[in-house]
Amino acid sequence: MIPERVKALLLPVAALVALEIWARAIHLQSDSLAPPSAVAAALVGAFQDGSILIATRDTLVPAFAGLSIGGAIGLAFGIALGIFHVFDRLMEVTIEAIRPIPSIALLPIALIALGFGYRMEIVIVAFACIWPILVLSRAAVGGIEPRLMEVSRALRLSPADRVRKIIIPAALPRIFLAFRLAAGIALIVAVTVEIAINPIGLGAAIMTAQQALRPELMLAYLLWIGIVGYLLNTGLVVAQNHLFGRAALVRDPA
Amino acid sequence: MNRSVLYWRAASFAVAAGFVGLWQMIANQRLVSPVFLPGPDRAWASLVRGFTDGDLWGKLVGTLGHMAYGWFVASIAGIALGAMIGSSRTMRSYVAPSLEFLRPLPVSAIIPVAIAMLGLTQSMALFVIAFGAIWPMLLATIHGFAAVEPRLYEVSRSLHMSRLAVIFKIALPSASPDILSGMRLSLTVALILSVVCEILAGLDGLGHWVLLSARSFRSADLFAGVILLGVIGYLTALAMSVVEKRLLRWRSGGH
Repeated sequence: MIPERVKALLLPVAALVALEIWARAIHLQSDSLAPPSAVAAALVGAFQDGSILIATRDTLVPAFAGLSIGGAIGLAFGIALGIFHVFDRLMEVTIEAIRPIPSIALLPIALIALGFGYRMEIVIVAFACIWPILVLSRAAVGGIEPRLMEVSRALRLSPADRVRKIIIPAALPRIFLAFRLAAGIALIVAVTVEIAINPIGLGAAIMTAQQALRPELMLAYLLWIGIVGYLLNTGLVVAQNHLFGRAALVRDPA
Repeated sequence: MNRSVLYWRAASFAVAAGFVGLWQMIANQRLVSPVFLPGPDRAWASLVRGFTDGDLWGKLVGTLGHMAYGWFVASIAGIALGAMIGSSRTMRSYVAPSLEFLRPLPVSAIIPVAIAMLGLTQSMALFVIAFGAIWPMLLATIHGFAAVEPRLYEVSRSLHMSRLAVIFKIALPSASPDILSGMRLSLTVALILSVVCEILAGLDGLGHWVLLSARSFRSADLFAGVILLGVIGYLTALAMSVVEKRLLRWRSGGH
């Protein structure tokens, strides 16, 4: 019986070996493919000259800045909408009208208003991050055990204390889940904006490698972007399990 | 009860109208330069003009076409592959971990690779859109197949059903809620990737149109395009949820 861990690795390893052998056998000359050994060498080279680290920083800074701004806005609105049903019902049409706008459609607007650079990317990432956090934190606050709210009324907590001492702790596991989903979205949107137009970060670096007809570097960046995405997701899952344990076992809404 | 829902709806629309009014006021007072922010009147006029004597219909059809083709191909491939992988325990333990590793990859990162292989063409856009849209459906189908009530499989064994019959009569219906929610998710992905591909490859569609409007500082056209993209996002999600309710009606009836 083969252990599960080995089974999981078998497919990618076999694919890499096959690609390497095939590339060597036909002396691959291509603008889009490269043998895995060349990709690995390109990745090491990009680390040695530091270019990949700078690009990673230029992607992660706007991604996290946008995530914090969009997350704060989404959380504030989500909690307010979850507490005050009147507010929720009044804002319904407005929110449902803005929400379906694909974040990337804002790119030209951000471009003429802010130009290239961090700022336009942050705005677009923030817009994309507002919605999952707003929707999930609204649901989280709406789903709080009603007796907790009764207790807070009986204790005559001020609205600020009620949010701080009852609502946020009770809804925190689900808010963290929303935050984790939004972090994934932030990275995706940041890379997409860079690929589409913004000349900084990993997205721009991979486009440059493609245009320079260096498939091994392009694939190295692709691999690295995958690793960054995987590490971000895994790190947040671990943090979620560590911080909230069983309380975090709410079903992924994705 | 019904009446109060209606009142709330009306009030909610009034609030939204208030925001549009506010936007108009800001634009009229020129608090923000009209180069960046046209009033809703100008955006609306540009929308109407684009549809009556402009080529906005063509752009709209272009974007919808990219989105629909890519999404359709991804749906078929995603569900078929998902069924294949999900219905066999061996396949699941060999393939699923690799897929889980690929899941958090920002799919737009595949664009440069697609450009290198296929050039700035229509087929590049279709490949990228289909590749991006396949993930939610593929993973949802695998998950749905894995989560089928085991007793149903036992029943199928005692009835001597063939593997195809098991897939079509038991696993697919049982996994359909997962699959449909995957399809809804990938609709959004398909729209976003359509816009990105149009921007990059200059393909005929709304993405290209909003970029050109931005480059020539025609902000009214730009806002009209963005509004139209929002409408597409809204209507496709609405259509999908109607289809979803329809197809899943049997579930709420039984128990």
